[in-house]
Amino acid sequence: MNFETIIGLEVHAELKTNTKIFCNCSTEFGAPPNTHTCPVCLGHPGVLPVLNEQAVNYAMKAALALNCDIAAETKFDRKNYFYPDNPKAYQISQFDQPIGENGWIDIETEENGPKRIGITRIHMEEDAGKLTHDEDGGHSLVDFNRVGTPLIEIVSEPDITTPEEGYAYLEKLKAILQYTDVSDCKMEEGSLRCDANISIRPAGQEEFGTKTELKNLNSFTNVQKGLAFEEERQEKELLAGGEVLQETRRWDDAKKETILMRIKEGSDDYRYFPEPDLVTYYIDENWKSRIGALIPELPDARKKRYIEDFGLSEYDASVLVQSKAIADFFQETVDAGADSKLTANWLMGEVSGYLNNNDMDIEETALTPQSLAKLIELIEKGTISSKIAKQVFADVMEQGGDPEQIVKDKGLMQISDEGELKQVVDGILDNNPQSIEDYKNGKDKALGFLVGQVMKETKGKANPQMVNSLILEGMEQR
Amino acid sequence: MAHISKEDVEHVAHLARLSVSDEDLEKLTEELDAIIGFAEQLDELDTTDVEPTSHVLDIHNVLREDTIQPSLDREEALKNAPDQKDGQVKVPSVLE
Repeated sequence: MNFETIIGLEVHAELKTNTKIFCNCSTEFGAPPNTHTCPVCLGHPGVLPVLNEQAVNYAMKAALALNCDIAAETKFDRKNYFYPDNPKAYQISQFDQPIGENGWIDIETEENGPKRIGITRIHMEEDAGKLTHDEDGGHSLVDFNRVGTPLIEIVSEPDITTPEEGYAYLEKLKAILQYTDVSDCKMEEGSLRCDANISIRPAGQEEFGTKTELKNLNSFTNVQKGLAFEEERQEKELLAGGEVLQETRRWDDAKKETILMRIKEGSDDYRYFPEPDLVTYYIDENWKSRIGALIPELPDARKKRYIEDFGLSEYDASVLVQSKAIADFFQETVDAGADSKLTANWLMGEVSGYLNNNDMDIEETALTPQSLAKLIELIEKGTISSKIAKQVFADVMEQGGDPEQIVKDKGLMQISDEGELKQVVDGILDNNPQSIEDYKNGKDKALGFLVGQVMKETKGKANPQMVNSLILEGMEQR
Repeated sequence: MAHISKEDVEHVAHLARLSVSDEDLEKLTEELDAIIGFAEQLDELDTTDVEPTSHVLDIHNVLREDTIQPSLDREEALKNAPDQKDGQVKVPSVLE
């Protein structure tokens, strides 16, 4: 039997406002526990929440960038539930008049090509506090600093049909939120979080299958892995004559499987009702166009431009625009005079390798577009070999500085002087008659050995092409 | 006419994390039913042309600037906490 998979994703993104959504406490991440609270966010009786204008602006900007219709009239509602991370026993959220509806994101995957994924809605709400487990085992500890941080929840239509599409959707969504500068989107700091719903049904069946909800998906890779695992688990269950239960499952990254958290009986009863302490908000064309004018060039448009203006390949362009920081860095390096193709190669190769290994963002390194442009220029002019360039790169990445100066100070200039190189080559050939013999007997590897000896002698500074031809010439003559 | 059943009261009590004795359950069912009946007097009014509202005052778009103001001192903030540890509120374990 063939099955169809249906995936819906709910993404929560913290908006990067200075203050919380309904009070003037700071939203700074990493402050000592419970130092950013006040009677409003702690839910004391009689307090009055007042909406942060910047939070609305950011939510609207995101909604517009995600092609949503903006509500002409929007309001807030109380979602009632008890949990220790939520001191009011209700969360102020939006129920029936979210700020944005009917949006979409265009994605592309290898298996299914280009596809448009619908966005059902985007609404504003407040974040909850943070719970950690006490070492004594019997208690939890609550930090209310995060309570009241503005969030947008972005709910996709059930248009996603494979785990790979889910991954592509999240990558694109994150890129758009970063380009519009409304959220840091740092999953490791919890400023971007994702829950997934997944169900399968026999191909051709109208009715949806029973869905399971996945939690603890702390990276996009884990979302994809969790969905793939769940897809297979549900299929096995059905093929074995069993049934899929409506349950919440947790992704266990160590075991690479989803684990049952709880079975859902009936639907949750949140008793939503209009928040009586907040008023209705009307968004007119004027407000909307003021925010719309702030939306910068988005990833798809930039990708197209990089292909057309800089002759980058489709693949290179899409990798570069995934992160706004990298895309901006590329642009500035090219503006500083560097070759676009070489710049792309360096950013996608050495630079991203370094960032991944050290778990850093490009802004955290000492590299600047100007220093990368200079480094590329030095290679292009033949001043340094690409091997030496990697050495200089490591220096520039960590300590910064002008690559040209570093090359001068350390005497790393490539040796391209034929007389000088010939002397070294002759010396190596004199000392390695066996290798010459081997090469003449058809062992090509001997040439590599000889080149290696010359590079060693010159501490990697010899021009490799010249060394190659000088050795070949030298061997002919012997 | 009864609007509220015992099951309704049990459900609402559970949502509010209240435990209610059988005796109280009977009494609360009657009382809640009477309260709903009282509020139902409003149904006598013709509201055909009245727009629904979620706020009693005719004001809208109340917003504030995104400027940080001092928060409470931690000791002050935690004064009402039943128990605390290392500057955090200590609560019975929640394991998910």
